[in-house]
Amino acid sequence: MNMPDIVYSLYPLDSPVEQKLRERLAVAAAEAGLLDVAYRTLDTPVGSLLLAATDRGLVRVAFPSQDHDAVLQTLAEQISPRILRAPARLDRVAHEIDEYFLGRRTSFDVPLDFRLSKGFRLEVLRHLPDIDYGHTASYAAVAVAAGSPKAVRAVGTACALNPLPVVVPCHRVVRSDGSMGQYAGGPEAKSILLTLEAAA
Amino acid sequence: MTLKPFEDVVAEHGRTVLRVCRAVVGPVDAEDAWSETFIAAMRAYPDLGPESNVEAWLVTIAHRKALDHIRARDRRPVPTDELPEQTTDRGLPGGHDPELWKAVGALPMKQRAAVAYHYLAGLPYTEIAVILGNSPAASRRAAADGVAALRKTLSISVSGDIT
Repeated sequence: MNMPDIVYSLYPLDSPVEQKLRERLAVAAAEAGLLDVAYRTLDTPVGSLLLAATDRGLVRVAFPSQDHDAVLQTLAEQISPRILRAPARLDRVAHEIDEYFLGRRTSFDVPLDFRLSKGFRLEVLRHLPDIDYGHTASYAAVAVAAGSPKAVRAVGTACALNPLPVVVPCHRVVRSDGSMGQYAGGPEAKSILLTLEAAA
Repeated sequence: MTLKPFEDVVAEHGRTVLRVCRAVVGPVDAEDAWSETFIAAMRAYPDLGPESNVEAWLVTIAHRKALDHIRARDRRPVPTDELPEQTTDRGLPGGHDPELWKAVGALPMKQRAAVAYHYLAGLPYTEIAVILGNSPAASRRAAADGVAALRKTLSISVSGDIT
């Protein structure tokens, strides 16, 4: 396309204006009830965490290794494409996660939206907060607690697919032989979390 | 194919829509028109066909919002003796040449819109004709007339070269 020079002078734009408008849009969309999923990122010792919330509560926490863009695309498909970067809705949980990594918080007190989990996996996730801060439980013990003693492998799957890691403490589930086992955020992240909690 | 998070739509098209709004309603009302466009777009977004041309869809919404602003402006009571100068404490974004904005504002709506949608949003005249409710040939003519009128106005009002 051949752009006439006269039109070209209409082209320049300030990015601060654009930034301000986008922030204002996030606020207006929330007020209008259109913000189905709000998200932000938070820098932590286990990397930049993606935090996403619906109007019901925190719905997703994701590690950098899980690819934030891919996670957001999945949320667009599973919940709604009305997704904006809108930090306000995540203020409280971000603050609590900050406190957790500073060793000043041992449990989370924010509404959780479990809509991404169903059936036995949901049952497992609901039992994980029973494992106290600084303690661990084996996959087998969690299987018993969730009401299916034989479903040890399924507990592993439920933990691996936990949509709310860190906040719903799947990192406290370890192998019966005491070794750490797998973790969605990678073994290093699991080790950081367990070390942090053991130090308290 | 599925819809992307709306954040990506804003990131990809926000600037273009802002340019279009500024050209069509002027720099002062542009920010409100932009916000109204994206709120309306977000409301309708889940129903958008995955194969849609997102930019043309946004420009279509922006056009409706721009018309609302222009109509509201026309309805506002106007002082009888003298029109106040269009000064504003909100300033012109990026410190643009006020002569240029005056010249753009003086164009007939269809010319202004055709120039903006073709040259700023990059839409083909077939799409612009749908938005403006005319033919592709008429849209093309409106854009050409608009550019010619801008050149003429600015070469008279500003001494020196237009670059």
